[in-house]
Amino acid sequence: MIALHNYLILSAVIFSIGVIGVLIRRNLIVVLMSIELMLNAVNLTFIAFSRYLGSTDGQVIVFFVMAVAAAEAVIGLAIIISVYRHRQSLDPQEMQLLKW
Amino acid sequence: MMSSDLLRWIPLIPLLASAINLFFGRAIGKRPAGALASAAVGASFALAFYVFWQLPASGVMRDLVYTWIQSGSFQINLSFQVDALTAVMLLIVTGIGLLIHIYSLGYMAHDADMVRFFVYLNLFIFFMLVLVMGDNLLLLFVGWEGVGLCSYLLIGFWYHDPNNAIAGNKAFIVNRIGDLGFILGIFILVAELARQGVWTLDFAELAKQVKLLSPATITLVTFLLFIGATGKSAQLPLFVWLPDAMAGPTPVSALIHAATMVTAGVYMTARLHFLFALAPATLALIAVVGAATAFFAATIALTQNDIKKVLAYSTVSQLGYMFLAVGMGAFGAAIFHVFTHAFFKACLFLGSGSVIHALGGEQDMRKMGGLKSHMPRTYWTYVVATLAIAGAPFTAGFFSKDLILWQTFSHGAIALWGVGLVTAGMTAFYMFRQLFMVFHGECRADEHAKAHLHESPAVMTWPLMILAAGSIFTGWLGAPEYLWGSRWDHWLEPIFGKVAHHGAVSTELLVTGLTLAVVAAGIYLAYLMYGKPGAQPASVPSGLLHKISLNKYYVDEIYDFALVRPFTLVAKFFASIVDPWVIDGAVNGVAATTRGLSTIWRGLQSGNVQHYAAMFVTGALALLAYYLGQLS
Amino acid sequence: MMSAQGFGDLTLLLAIPVIGAALLLFLPRRQSCALFTVALLASAAAFLWSLKIFNRFDGGSGAMQLVERVAWMPAVGIQYLLGIDGISIFLVLLTTFLMPLALLASWSVRDKVKEYLIFMLLLETGMLGAFLALDLVLFYVFWEVMLVPMYFLIGVWGGTRRIYAALKFVLFTMAGSLLMLVAIIYLATRHAQMTQALTFDVMQLYELHLPVEQQFWLFLAFALSFAIKVPLFPFHTWLPDAHVEAPTAGSVILAGVLLKLGTYGFLRFALPLFPDAAIALMPYLIALSVIGIVYGALVAMMQTDIKKLVAYSSVSHLGFVMLGLCALNMQGVQGSLYQMLNHGLSTGALFLLVGMIYDRRHTRLISEFGGLWKQMPLFSALLLVVTFSSIGLPGLNGFVGEFLILLGAFRVTPAWTAVAASGVILGAVYMLWMFRRVIFGPLNNPENQKLQDLNSRELIILTPIIFLIVLMGVYPQPFLSRMQPAVEANLKRILAMPAAPAAVQIEVSGEPKNDGR
Repeated sequence: MIALHNYLILSAVIFSIGVIGVLIRRNLIVVLMSIELMLNAVNLTFIAFSRYLGSTDGQVIVFFVMAVAAAEAVIGLAIIISVYRHRQSLDPQEMQLLKW
Repeated sequence: MMSSDLLRWIPLIPLLASAINLFFGRAIGKRPAGALASAAVGASFALAFYVFWQLPASGVMRDLVYTWIQSGSFQINLSFQVDALTAVMLLIVTGIGLLIHIYSLGYMAHDADMVRFFVYLNLFIFFMLVLVMGDNLLLLFVGWEGVGLCSYLLIGFWYHDPNNAIAGNKAFIVNRIGDLGFILGIFILVAELARQGVWTLDFAELAKQVKLLSPATITLVTFLLFIGATGKSAQLPLFVWLPDAMAGPTPVSALIHAATMVTAGVYMTARLHFLFALAPATLALIAVVGAATAFFAATIALTQNDIKKVLAYSTVSQLGYMFLAVGMGAFGAAIFHVFTHAFFKACLFLGSGSVIHALGGEQDMRKMGGLKSHMPRTYWTYVVATLAIAGAPFTAGFFSKDLILWQTFSHGAIALWGVGLVTAGMTAFYMFRQLFMVFHGECRADEHAKAHLHESPAVMTWPLMILAAGSIFTGWLGAPEYLWGSRWDHWLEPIFGKVAHHGAVSTELLVTGLTLAVVAAGIYLAYLMYGKPGAQPASVPSGLLHKISLNKYYVDEIYDFALVRPFTLVAKFFASIVDPWVIDGAVNGVAATTRGLSTIWRGLQSGNVQHYAAMFVTGALALLAYYLGQLS
Repeated sequence: MMSAQGFGDLTLLLAIPVIGAALLLFLPRRQSCALFTVALLASAAAFLWSLKIFNRFDGGSGAMQLVERVAWMPAVGIQYLLGIDGISIFLVLLTTFLMPLALLASWSVRDKVKEYLIFMLLLETGMLGAFLALDLVLFYVFWEVMLVPMYFLIGVWGGTRRIYAALKFVLFTMAGSLLMLVAIIYLATRHAQMTQALTFDVMQLYELHLPVEQQFWLFLAFALSFAIKVPLFPFHTWLPDAHVEAPTAGSVILAGVLLKLGTYGFLRFALPLFPDAAIALMPYLIALSVIGIVYGALVAMMQTDIKKLVAYSSVSHLGFVMLGLCALNMQGVQGSLYQMLNHGLSTGALFLLVGMIYDRRHTRLISEFGGLWKQMPLFSALLLVVTFSSIGLPGLNGFVGEFLILLGAFRVTPAWTAVAASGVILGAVYMLWMFRRVIFGPLNNPENQKLQDLNSRELIILTPIIFLIVLMGVYPQPFLSRMQPAVEANLKRILAMPAAPAAVQIEVSGEPKNDGR
């Protein structure tokens, strides 16, 4: 039996990788993937707690998150394709018109 | 006291003529405009004479025109008055003014701007009449400033030469410095009287209320007013403008800078004699300043080579005599010297104008000489006036100057008397030096000027002759007791009170004899150096004293160095450092600081999503850390 | 006296320029001549109408007259409240008098004439409204409304640094007036707390007696706003920039009328609303005024640009006006009210003259000129009169004002007044230096030898001003006597208030001042 804190540490590590990926990667697709990573890290936490507490609530929420993540991936990828068509680039640092 | 609507026309007629010439002068032509101006002054003179004739003994005539300024209890009327003192001044101003107007018809005949000249001249007469006729101190001040304006305009009359304009500016600004004292004196007077519930600047009323003032106040007021007088009447230390004022046309020098305006200071002190008489400290100061000015200016006049500069310093010196008399409390004597001086000094100036006219504008006496035969009328009138100013027996200057010296002596101011005596000798010297240099000896003018030498036209010589006559006979009005007595003192008695006579006649005769001896010595010395056949009038004596005198003690340079330059530097410092950098710098600094801060702040708003995300994460972590800290 | 009344004569006066501006909207922009005519007619009509108001005005009464009171925002007690007294009537007349002349002087404007004229007319309404408003909020509205047309006049039709100058002008003024708005609201709420009546009616607010510590801050807020407008040293630096960059007519209005709003504000609002604080702070105001007099004159002396010289001379002259107000006695206040008119006329004329020569030579540098008398005798003669009016020569208008101011101030603070009086010398120095260098001397510059003397349009502009300059110097009584009752009433308001606690009251004068005479 693997202890709860191992799951939580793994989840935190994956979440941090996701955060850093969002912050520093220069490709929107990778950024989107990093966001997915963060969502799934949260999912892992939910599952772990669900098992630990013997409640199914966590599993329900995970399904919910997966649905949202799927929707998000769809819309996000659509936006990314659209942006790429306009700018021939997926570097978020080049998209900073919205300032001041 | 009599009231008469006539009085207002005395100043108004010249004003009207001035206005007519201003607006229509070009249309009516040069000569008619000049004639109109002269006629206006003539009419004023006639009216003045009529008023003088009608004036009741010890009486005053008043003419209230309207209320000029009223603010709360403070009220100033535009109102004229004529009493014995004013009547004398009226006759001087309009009489000498008339002669000089007539003279100017000839002198200015070839000037394209003759109309403008007469506009100014009439305006001057107007303001001068307001000055002497105003029945309150503020109206006197109006005239005081007004004549300053006309003096400014007339000195700069030939404006093409920047030096003339600079001289005009200098005259006005130096006078303004004096006027600051004058107006502060007025303020103290009003404020102090107002404190006691009396609001007035009328001379008659002031004379009544003067007892309300403390001696210290009176001393301060008179001191400040005297500062005004040193400006207008060219006394130490504010005399510097008068010699430069000779840049104006010569009739102007005669009228304004010798006969009338510069004597305004003396008139003012005489008009306020009831104040000055109560301030012995101020009187002492006035006497010292007067004597010092007389002496100082005379030493400068000894070496000047410009015919008008000699006369200018001589005027300063003679004004010093007048203030010496004022300082002795002998206001009657001061006004008497004003009166006689107006004649002989006007005569001298107009004579010099005649010479300058004949020589085509030459003013350097080293280039004159021998003009006696060419211009006999000018010469003989000049001789008479020179004798008068030197104080030869039975000329006007003899009586008036002697009176002043005797008053000084008999008041026990022996040192001041000594200064006056020496000055009398110097006066004789420099005037005869001038006479010899201009009219005697070889003619040193260049050939071109020589060819044009001519006696001036009658319109110029007649005024000279009248003035020359006045230079002798006016003095007879104020003869000393040992001769036939003074009608003058009698006439002014209602104003200044009875003139006290102290000292023995024998002493008086002795003093007079001493004066005459000094004068004779001065004349003889001038003859030896400049008049004797074979003298070298144009040679320049060397020596330190001569150089100092010739350069007017470097007073202008000293003022420039000690006052004007530092002052300009301060102004420049304010204008080029303080205002743009310190004050505006603070303003722009506020703007720049705001802008700088916002530049830093808006850097956060980079538009980069990842930056925003990073901030978001940082914030979340900070909050987390905070709450974790709270837990433990 | 304060009987409620609907819209009346004063409203019509405010409306006339607006109507003119509205008419201009319907005219085609090409026909600049027609545009000018309409604008001129509108401003002339306003002038005539103000004369009629002057005719109806009772000079013997110090009370508010022709009062118009209409509820504007009843919920918050804001009213449309206009009125006129001996203090404002002459400033109104000055405004309506200068405006047609300023428009006539704008003949050389070729660019965007329509907008220019509309802004000028709106500016007139703004200024008149500020002089007439007796409701603090209404006053504030007009006070701010004026800024807008002036901002555009400087910013669009100005010189090379116009944007900087316009922005500086607006920001400077706004900075002050925002504080004033806060003070107005605070004052009204305090009044509401004490009397249960929320009102911005200044006549009612006069009756409010606040503790001196509160007055102190409120006075400072008002005073800052007005001091910037005056401008009082050291808040003056916007003025030279604005003047130099503004078009001629803008300068004329700015110097002639706008600056007076500052001093008017002191006299109408800041002093009588907060008398204790005003009296306590008076020494500082006096000091600033006197420093301004001397400082402005010194800086003016060193200027090379005529317009800038005149601008700094305004700083000096307005220092005199403030000094007179600070005297808080009849002579001082009446003198400064008179001097406001004098300054409007003489400085207005100076700017007009400078503008005329600028139109010809396109330079204002003193060194470019010299010997103009020969070429332009008429111009020179008029400049001479105006110069001496500005110097304060007796017989011209400047003297009457300056003399009364100095006399009034001298009774209160002799030492400062003596320093201020030296400004009279300095005034002569800088004006005569300028005059000498421009008018006298040889006519050397070939550019100047082609100059034309004034044409008849320019003469028409200047003649009325010169006439008034002489008239007000020779016969000031008709003006002074109409000012007196209102000034007296105002002084009573200021001085009859309970004295400030001894700890705060600073020695202003050693004499009783309650008689106001």
